[in-house]
Amino acid sequence: MKTHTTALLLMSLGFPVLADDIAMEDQSQILTGAGDPASSKYFQPPKESELPDNTYGQLVQQGRAIFVDTKTHAPDYVGNGLACANCHLEQGRKANSAPLWAAYTMYPAYRKKNDKVNSYAERLQGCFQFSMNGKAPEADGPVIAALSAYSYWLATGAPTGQELSGRAYPEVPQPEGGYDLAKGEQVYDAQCAVCHGPNGEGQKSGDLYVFPPLWGADSFNWGAGMHRINTAAAFIKENMPLGKGGTLPDEDAWNVAAFMNSHERPQDPRLIDGSVEKTRDKYHANDGVNLYGEIVNGKMLGKGI
Amino acid sequence: MNVPLWPLAGLFLAISVSAHAADAAAVYSKGGTNPAAMACATCHGAEGEGMAAAGFPRLAGLSANYMRKQLADFASGARANPIMQPIAAALSHEEADAVSTMLADKPQPQVERIDRTALVDGPGESLALSGAWDRNIPECVACHGPSGTGVGDAFPPLAGQSAQYLSSQLTAWRQGTRKNDPNDLMGQIARSLTEDEVTAVSTYFAGLTDKGAAK
Repeated sequence: MKTHTTALLLMSLGFPVLADDIAMEDQSQILTGAGDPASSKYFQPPKESELPDNTYGQLVQQGRAIFVDTKTHAPDYVGNGLACANCHLEQGRKANSAPLWAAYTMYPAYRKKNDKVNSYAERLQGCFQFSMNGKAPEADGPVIAALSAYSYWLATGAPTGQELSGRAYPEVPQPEGGYDLAKGEQVYDAQCAVCHGPNGEGQKSGDLYVFPPLWGADSFNWGAGMHRINTAAAFIKENMPLGKGGTLPDEDAWNVAAFMNSHERPQDPRLIDGSVEKTRDKYHANDGVNLYGEIVNGKMLGKGI
Repeated sequence: MNVPLWPLAGLFLAISVSAHAADAAAVYSKGGTNPAAMACATCHGAEGEGMAAAGFPRLAGLSANYMRKQLADFASGARANPIMQPIAAALSHEEADAVSTMLADKPQPQVERIDRTALVDGPGESLALSGAWDRNIPECVACHGPSGTGVGDAFPPLAGQSAQYLSSQLTAWRQGTRKNDPNDLMGQIARSLTEDEVTAVSTYFAGLTDKGAAK
């Protein structure tokens, strides 16, 4: 599934954060209103106990396993330490966290990211290329089949081609006067480092990450939707700290999102002629609020790691 | 080699070490210099395995920094406990440090890895692996790691602890009598749990073995 990417993309679509001067991607059609995820106003996916005990049910389970522990179950396509479920909370079920049930029924769809109509399989492939910093699983292969089945099952009974409430991370308005990296670092140290580590490196149990790395070589790359500060702020506001979603002031969410995304991470795989400037002009200049190709603390971001 | 010299060398080493650091094994089994610092082994078992029936927790294999923090919190009163507060207050800094280090080096119990990919069976496992997100309750393994074996210095192991200890701590967080967790992360969650859920999830983690979850 579109895992991270999806989420990211979705989010980015809906975030006219800097008022008029930011042209958003193709997420314009996505609703970004907030709400209580437990509310019955959101679509309710089937319970795990309702999964049929047959070949179809087994494929759905395989998809769920890939979704929650991507590195273990789809190792050939994952190039970092993330799992789909890191961004799509509650195993892809949680409203306002880019749930799969709201994404599946909206494809095929045109995406500006690659300027064509994308199938759901292509959308999932994009997640692997960007958010997972890996390579696209074959569209007719077992990974996409399993993730598609899991998405389809979660969307059981959902209307096709109809925007469902809770599809995106609800937009958070950018603070007046913009964001502040120094304040973001203070928020990070106080609220985030206990889980994600003092340098955004995440924390492992054995070989596998429990807390995902937020920047550096094992995190999402510069092409992932989460590299947008507006998208990250929306995700953080909704979900972080885990179990305390909605408690951070909007300003803190923005500042800490900017701090996170002011660090180096793997290169955007769409890099043009080895040039960060060209890549910025084509893919990042009009992609929400982001720091790709910008100078921060005297160094240009976007060189990759 | 000159055999008779080696035991002497060892003796010198032992003396020079004890001059700088407390003897962790002695503190653990006999108590600290201050008589109020009772021997840890009295309640936590000869090998730090804890005493399940009485609710005394396992210490073997926990993060040294986690245990240092707990001892400091007992000493300062940040973590309330009528038994541990006077003991921790009577331990010297060096003794607390040494005994934490020694206990961290002891083995953790081996449990089968159970993560979010497993099919859930029953209310305890459901909370542990799936959470209850309609109440903003994340799955326990999201922070305490697969099988609740602990992550880093801030998220201690749940596997290997008794149901008595786990439920007493969750209840303390629910009631606000324990609140020395970072940023109220555990308190926030515990206050959303029901009594039945506390019992179920405590029983689940206490029942994890190298053969998986108790059924």
